[in-house]
Amino acid sequence: MYEHDVLIIGGGLAGLRAAVEVTRAGADVAVISKVHPVRSHSNAAQGGINAPLTDRGEDWKGHAFDTIKGSDFLADQDAVEVMSSEAGEAVLELERMGVIFSRDENGKLGTRAFGGQKEARTYFVGAITGSAILHVLFEQSLKLGLNVYEEWFVTKLIIEDGACRGVVSIDLKTGEMHTIKAKAVIIAAGGAGRVFEPSTNALICTGDGLSLAYRAGVPLMDMEMIQYHPTTLARTGILMSEAARGEGGYLLNSSGERFMQKVAPEYMELASRDVVSRAEQTEIDEGRGVDGNVLLDLRHLGREYIEAKLGYLQEVSVEFLGIDMAEQPVPVQPGMHYIMGGIKTNIDGETVVPGLYAAGECANVSVHGANRLGANSLLDTVVFGRRSGAHAVEYIKTVGDHSKSEEDIKSEKARIQALLDRPKGERVATVRNDMARGMTKGIGVFRDQASMEGALENLVNVKSRMDGFSVENKGKVFNTDLMFALELEFMVDCAEAVVAGALTRKESRGAHYRTDITERDDENWLKHTLMYKDETAENGVRVETSDVTITQWEPIKRVY
Amino acid sequence: MTDATANTMKVKLKIKRFDPAESGGKTWWQDYEVDVHPDSTVLDSLIEVREQNDGTLALRCACRASICGSCGMKVNGSAKLVCKTRVVDVAPNGEQLTIEPMGNQHVVRDLVVSLDTFFSQINRVEPYLQPSFVPESGEYTASNESMENLLTGMNCIMCGCCVSDCTVLEVDANFIGPAALAKAWRFTEDPRDSKRDERLKNLNDEDGGMWDCTRCMKCVEVCPKGVAPMDRIMELREAAIEAGNTNTSGYHHTESFYNSVKKHGRLDETRLAIDSAGWTNIPRLLDLAPIGIAAMRKGKLPPVFPHKAEDNKKVKDLYERVEDAD
Repeated sequence: MYEHDVLIIGGGLAGLRAAVEVTRAGADVAVISKVHPVRSHSNAAQGGINAPLTDRGEDWKGHAFDTIKGSDFLADQDAVEVMSSEAGEAVLELERMGVIFSRDENGKLGTRAFGGQKEARTYFVGAITGSAILHVLFEQSLKLGLNVYEEWFVTKLIIEDGACRGVVSIDLKTGEMHTIKAKAVIIAAGGAGRVFEPSTNALICTGDGLSLAYRAGVPLMDMEMIQYHPTTLARTGILMSEAARGEGGYLLNSSGERFMQKVAPEYMELASRDVVSRAEQTEIDEGRGVDGNVLLDLRHLGREYIEAKLGYLQEVSVEFLGIDMAEQPVPVQPGMHYIMGGIKTNIDGETVVPGLYAAGECANVSVHGANRLGANSLLDTVVFGRRSGAHAVEYIKTVGDHSKSEEDIKSEKARIQALLDRPKGERVATVRNDMARGMTKGIGVFRDQASMEGALENLVNVKSRMDGFSVENKGKVFNTDLMFALELEFMVDCAEAVVAGALTRKESRGAHYRTDITERDDENWLKHTLMYKDETAENGVRVETSDVTITQWEPIKRVY
Repeated sequence: MTDATANTMKVKLKIKRFDPAESGGKTWWQDYEVDVHPDSTVLDSLIEVREQNDGTLALRCACRASICGSCGMKVNGSAKLVCKTRVVDVAPNGEQLTIEPMGNQHVVRDLVVSLDTFFSQINRVEPYLQPSFVPESGEYTASNESMENLLTGMNCIMCGCCVSDCTVLEVDANFIGPAALAKAWRFTEDPRDSKRDERLKNLNDEDGGMWDCTRCMKCVEVCPKGVAPMDRIMELREAAIEAGNTNTSGYHHTESFYNSVKKHGRLDETRLAIDSAGWTNIPRLLDLAPIGIAAMRKGKLPPVFPHKAEDNKKVKDLYERVEDAD
């Protein structure tokens, strides 16, 4: 049995930023992650991180309003105020840690434009911003001598007397199971993109953190809010950063028309992501696409500019499709990218379970509401990662010693042994693919009652097969086969909450666009959906709603 | 990937397996054949094996977009990030692909290697910014060019391909390695870092430091992100010499090489060996003696008094022109 004051699940930006905060406060902290920290999916964020630099006199309220408008007024405005007002310091702190942000001619931080925002306030490192920040936070973790349980997979949260007191986990390298006791646990385990297929998300984004909290009684909020990114590379589904459009790229249909003119004459290609993805899907559905794609055209930017500012995009375009972006437009399509929904927390990362926190993509504070602005996800991770860490440090002072209970590891060992002992059945991948394709089909860029019921029907079928798949690898060392089975169970929980939220919300708002109810309905639906795991409820989910917090921006019509 | 109607292609794989559960571990080769989309990468093929043929096959992968650095392994004997390696490029005629775990690192299972070697090397270079002051408010002032210059180093995703194929690490586990040296370069070149001279001196003096690279180019060849670690190592050496670190056999070697070619128009190998060791470094010279004797026996000992190259005048001219240009 291992013991710490604070245990953080996940070694991406939110997790490492939380860990830095707890370490600075002198508490005993460890990070546990199923992958080495530098393999985390924070890597994949390309375009940048938003921040109004208040020390330069920029008004954070402009960023807050753009974020709230982007969220289609579903974000909680008190949370957005916290994020926007702390953003400047959060970004400057990253710079001072060593992030090599792009500069202006005076040697100060320089910006690029990003979607859904009036001002250019996105700070960046080429098209590898997430990777550049993650590696610097990892450097800091080495400097601080942070304790990391690398390639340990959490299977269950330990809840004692109603509070979270640690985790049960598998050390993948040995296959041994261990209890790690903690006075507070911060879930920073990333999103759930693999619930959909295709998705821009890494194969590791399986909603583990969301499910762990959900099973512990924490509601998942606004899970129907799934972001489809407007520019994912044809065939491969690889993300092509919004920076391509921020730097001036065009979106064209088959007749070479900049079709965004029709839906967002002012913002054009830099309208909010949900708006651009719908416009693209409309072009494709109405026969003005190019083999199921639209075209992202950077040619007018010139080779030198493309290679200096968007080098990674050029690299993947050439490597994966053999297209030189300086010579040819590249085919792109909307692709599942991010989940705005997540573990419900307050502005300090606290969930309804004492001692349990969440931050980053797995959490829903809520700052993204029904649609996240590009370059707000990195900001979310560092602001709320830090706040969760800071609050956890205070919380643990009120908590007594670790218990010696071994109950949870006993039951987890039995559960996992039973999984290994199953007779030969379906392959995990078969069940997973059926689930994920059904989710994309039913909960897509456009959805309606019938498509969502289709997703539910598919999911009910998938759930009925969850006792029938088997794990082929019975070995101990690096048994990823077993991990994939446990991940599938996590993903099905997330899928269940997504479908329940989608069927509940009887309006169109942000990413939740219903072709059968096309209007936003503030009177009835300026509300969050809250999904609770409840075996007694229909389909195992109880759905409640709660009011959105409005501070100073009354909902208005959303026009770009 | 999303097009179900497209044709498929057959991929033949020969994979080196390792199961540590057997006493002392068991290694064997296993053949697989899978059908995948014609655009598929080697990683797509391996995932197909894992998901549809053999769930016991262990490998790491995550992003599938060459940014997380998980899927380094050897393809046909050379380290690659398999998510960005298309099958048609390495097996254009459907040849069988040989897949092995990366080299110079301990194998945990199948294609999974221990990360300990790699990260203990990284840890040796104090891999974090060490500024002399922290601005009270705002950011450090630095030119955009100086930051963009560092991108070459920050592009490193720590996949380990360079470490895998490093020919020095193969014989000298104490070498700090190409990735860690490239990481160090990222700090010595950072105008915000205050430890440049100390870092250069340490990497210069340290056993296994910057002078142990033999310039074989392997790391440049296999790096999937254009970091070109060897080029970074050469820049470290130049910077170390410029900073006054001239006490190493590496520096003497460089200097002797330079002078010998300038003087004779060709390399005086005997002198190079002695200069590199240092004329007063008796133990090292004694180490060289058996090599010299063995070489003499085989008739391979270079002449003690070097011949001048016929056109050594031209070489001298070249030297003068380059030196003037500097």
